[in-house]
Amino acid sequence: MRLTSLMQITDEDARPRLAPHVRLAFNAARGEYALLSPETVWVINATGAAIVELCDAQRTVAEISAELRGRYDQVAENDVRSFVALLVTKHGMEVHHG
Amino acid sequence: MDKPYGLLAELTYACPLQCAYCSNPLELDAYRDELSTEEWQRVFTEAAELGVLQLHLSGGEPLQRHDIVDLVQCATDLGLYTNLITSGLGLSTRRAEQLREAGLDHVQLSIQADERDLSDKIAGTISFERKQVAARLVKQLGWPLTLNVVLHRENIDRIGGILDMAVAMEADRIELANTQYAGWAGHNRDELLPSRDQLERAEAVVREARERLGDKMEIIYVIPDYYSKYPKPCMDGWASRQFTVVPNGEALPCPAAHELARALDIPPANVREHPLEWIWEEAPLFQQYRGDAWMPDPCRSCDRKEIDFGGCRCQAFALTGDAARTDPVCHLSPDHGLVEAAVEAANDPMRPQDGSLTPRSKVIRTKKRATAATQERMARTPVPLSPTVLKGKA
Ligand code: SF4
Ligand code: SF4
Repeated sequence: MRLTSLMQITDEDARPRLAPHVRLAFNAARGEYALLSPETVWVINATGAAIVELCDAQRTVAEISAELRGRYDQVAENDVRSFVALLVTKHGMEVHHG
Repeated sequence: MDKPYGLLAELTYACPLQCAYCSNPLELDAYRDELSTEEWQRVFTEAAELGVLQLHLSGGEPLQRHDIVDLVQCATDLGLYTNLITSGLGLSTRRAEQLREAGLDHVQLSIQADERDLSDKIAGTISFERKQVAARLVKQLGWPLTLNVVLHRENIDRIGGILDMAVAMEADRIELANTQYAGWAGHNRDELLPSRDQLERAEAVVREARERLGDKMEIIYVIPDYYSKYPKPCMDGWASRQFTVVPNGEALPCPAAHELARALDIPPANVREHPLEWIWEEAPLFQQYRGDAWMPDPCRSCDRKEIDFGGCRCQAFALTGDAARTDPVCHLSPDHGLVEAAVEAANDPMRPQDGSLTPRSKVIRTKKRATAATQERMARTPVPLSPTVLKGKA
């Protein structure tokens, strides 16, 4: 399945950050968060935005997960990894390994 | 009805280049009464209030506008993602620094070819070197660099060299988009349409480059719809996610809808006369092909109408004279023979070699701000406006 192959793209030690052409914005008219790039708008929810804010190329996926679990109840084990992996395949994020 | 996500602002149709593949309208003179700085600023403000997130600054050559820095600053203050779509001519170091300072998010630089002579020939203007300089400047100032290449019969065989050049320029992304036959490109279609062999070779080069380059450079390749079975989901549907405002203030649901809009027996929707909100929600031009009530068969009863929305209205209009027909690119369209004939001609072994392309004509600016009222020409790459909206997973 697609998700399985996506999971291989990032691992728990990866340190993600937004690609240089991507910016996180909150739009008041819509009341939504979005990731903006030249051709794409990815609407994300508040949890997604919280993940993105922690993706600073310093923290690992594991650290981001741990940090979010401290804040929210429903962040599942793989949420951060699959969210990051999906954005990586869409060139919205970059990961640095190790 | 959703709110629009993107606004394409075609600030001016003046341009130092004269690409034969330009998608600007043939009747350039009709758009010379350009919106003022204050008018554009009002448009951006209304757009942000309407929910627009992305602003594409294009033309013509947007750097021909002397107020470009002020316009970018205004958009930044409104929180818009700003994307400058430029030929690179007019991007001096000082200008670039001012734009960076004003918060410009992204620069898309158009590239014609990887060789000086061919590039200058396609652009109709000596411009190859200046584009190299512009690319370096973009990287030096810390912007991500996206190159836009419009592919056609004269440059598609150079795709390998173009990709090498992009790597040498340290481009982050390159968009290789086959020509959409609107405006000047429509006029020049028979000379621009590549052959099937050319396309197959190009696709093999792209596949190989993607494997070799991996994450180093994102390669976006847009196939020509003339060779597809189904049309493109043009604009994600008419007046669905984005719209265009052209230099004289007319708002269009699609960047190529100038002629279509004029042919319809309805008044133009001009930002000088109406608020954007009214235009988006009520203007007859925007309502005309919104949704699927307008659809004829075969689209009306087709499963794919939610996928491709019946294709491009502008293409239907350009080819059949009736914008409410199925896009003739679709193999189910009763007008598909029009597209087949063009494809057949492009693949005819007896096809004469060098036909002549009509370069995009000159626009002479008459507004006060264009003090050096020179003979300016226009060119632009078709704008890749098609946001995919992905609902957040987490
Ligand atoms: S129908 Fe859509 S894609 Fe085609 S020219 Fe019009 S706006 Fe562009
Ligand atoms: S018939 Fe219309 S809806 Fe169906 S595939 Fe063709 S263009 Fe799309």
